[in-house]
Amino acid sequence: MNKEKINRDLADLFREAKEILARNTSPLIDRHREEAYRHFTSQGGIPANTEEYRHANLLPLFDRDYHVALNPRPLHVTPGDLFTCNVPALDTRHRFTINGWPVNNPGEPTELPGGVIACSLSDAAKYYPRLVEQHYNRHATTPPRDPLVQLNTAFARDGIFLHVPDGITLDKPLQIVNLMLGNNNNIMSFQRDLIVIGKGATATILACDHTLSDHAFLANNVTEIALDENASIQYYQVQNQHSAAARVHSTCITQERQSRLDANIITLHGGYTRDNLLVTLRGEESQCNLHGIYLPDKQQQVDNHTIVDHAAPRCQSNELFKGILDDHATANFTGRVIVRPGAKKTSAYQANHNLLLTNTARVNTRPQLVIDADDVKCTHGATVGQLDDDATFYLRSRGIPKEEARLMMMAAFAREITGKVHLAPLREQLDDLLEKRLRGELSKCHDNLLHCKRST
Amino acid sequence: MNELLKIRDLHAVVDGKEILKGINLDVHAGEIHAIMGPNGAGKSTLSAVLTGRENFTVTRGEVTFKGKNLLEMPPEDRAREGIFLSFQYPVEIPGVSTVNFLKTAVNEHRKYRGQPPYPPGEFLKMIREKMEWVDIDSKLLNRSLNEGFSGGEKKKNEIFQMAVLEPTLAILDETDSGLDIDALRVVANGVNRLKAPGNAIIVITHYQRLLEHVVPDVVHVLHDGRVVKTAGKELALELEKQGYDHVKRLLAGEN
Repeated sequence: MNKEKINRDLADLFREAKEILARNTSPLIDRHREEAYRHFTSQGGIPANTEEYRHANLLPLFDRDYHVALNPRPLHVTPGDLFTCNVPALDTRHRFTINGWPVNNPGEPTELPGGVIACSLSDAAKYYPRLVEQHYNRHATTPPRDPLVQLNTAFARDGIFLHVPDGITLDKPLQIVNLMLGNNNNIMSFQRDLIVIGKGATATILACDHTLSDHAFLANNVTEIALDENASIQYYQVQNQHSAAARVHSTCITQERQSRLDANIITLHGGYTRDNLLVTLRGEESQCNLHGIYLPDKQQQVDNHTIVDHAAPRCQSNELFKGILDDHATANFTGRVIVRPGAKKTSAYQANHNLLLTNTARVNTRPQLVIDADDVKCTHGATVGQLDDDATFYLRSRGIPKEEARLMMMAAFAREITGKVHLAPLREQLDDLLEKRLRGELSKCHDNLLHCKRST
Repeated sequence: MNELLKIRDLHAVVDGKEILKGINLDVHAGEIHAIMGPNGAGKSTLSAVLTGRENFTVTRGEVTFKGKNLLEMPPEDRAREGIFLSFQYPVEIPGVSTVNFLKTAVNEHRKYRGQPPYPPGEFLKMIREKMEWVDIDSKLLNRSLNEGFSGGEKKKNEIFQMAVLEPTLAILDETDSGLDIDALRVVANGVNRLKAPGNAIIVITHYQRLLEHVVPDVVHVLHDGRVVKTAGKELALELEKQGYDHVKRLLAGEN
């Protein structure tokens, strides 16, 4: 794999794209490109065997031929016709993207009750420049600057924007549906979302990633989330793409005083799925809860890379990631907790538990605690194991067949994570999907799970 | 009498070591058998082999249950044919609720017999009825199976499951160990309510005290992988008084 060639191609692309991008993007977004690209190249370009991306094996993914859409493709259908969410009774407001480009679904207004704004990032830069100027790329630059975040900043033009003003509760969850759809080409995309939650405001967000055609995809997306004082957000991400889809998603979060984040990262299917969760607890007594479940089989790879930076006193972080791996699947988990000098009374808990169903599945789990303050409480734990033989036998001895017994235990293992999903219809659907997935009933469904019933 | 379980010359090995060295046993419908014996005699191995634990290998002999070759069946089929083991150490299974587990188990039994799943309302009614047998707290139903249960609660939960599954042959593996007098009586009552002309019970125990409540028809003494003595219920009392060393001495004398 030729790293130099890949980086050279990207450099050529950036040079060619700059003008097109500049012509079509607000200066508020465009002005960050050059610096971001410099940071990307100064770190050696696409990361290969770096500390942050150990085991990630990105080069083969970047080595494929892709069409990089620098402008949105005209769309002749409404997204609602392409995709119907199959979670019954889930009452949400939808925002769609296709290949990283926001597309309007008729009947969804930009301004919502309470002065909430939900629109495209490019429209936000046009109509609400102050908010974009204040927040765009402010939460994605905390060191160490992730090279793929920088690459996104260098190329990104658009994505979804949400602003919930001070004191407002978003009336319904916002569902961001990201669809990948090829025409004749494989597609590389750079979506950029910005979510700003004001003082004392609350919101629930569900982001779903799906593929609608068999093409190879490489999405390198970034979501910035700003939580002001006392703000709280429930952020659910459900990823279900086909095996030729690669997706790197970096969620960069800054939390002010007494704010609260509950994130749940659910990875159901995909060729390569990497989530960077980069949280800075900047205000005192802020709290973040990061949860995740991943269920790769065959040759799938899932990486969860979390950095929680305790930069203020009396903050709490809780992390629990669980995985069930089948066949030749691989999963990597890194949980870095940084406790800055002066971040007294920090409480940080972290755990990563994995079930390996075969001898060929692999897990690398790395807790990393960097503690530069006194009077802190940090715990971590990781397990990699098999289903408990004693428990399997116990269930079988009651007349439950072996496969069913194994399934019950796997589902129970996963439910510790889905049980933390507060949206009841989503939780029920997820449990149902998890079970189907574990039964192997969804393996042939190449487009997506929330949509899948149609084809089964 | 109707023969349920027939064990002939049963030999079994675990980790290369022979634990059962030629067991013979006949259990008929309507009978209660007690199997007693010192630690390491092979009592728990016998229950494990009968229920199909995979880490034990049968090297010789045969076991039939209701005329069928038991050793050929996977553990779940043995259960659905009517064998139930009350575990000496019930396993904790986090995340699997007791009530869902029971529903799955009951419906698997019904499926095996060609019956449709229990109608949900009737299932809960039956569960509530059986809970009274063993005086079990209904809160336990929604908790994860055995997770955080006290020793007594775990044993009661075993008997509760037995009551729900209504086995033809129940094997109680040291169900009395770790129980106080009240819990012992509750467990014994549950066991006695299962007793019916078509059923049989094997009680594996060290002590006489459970046998005061669940009175055996036959008592066997297991020693070094063999049944060395079989007699009526008075044998249990005799063992309680004289200890297993007495049996060992007798055996040594006979040699």
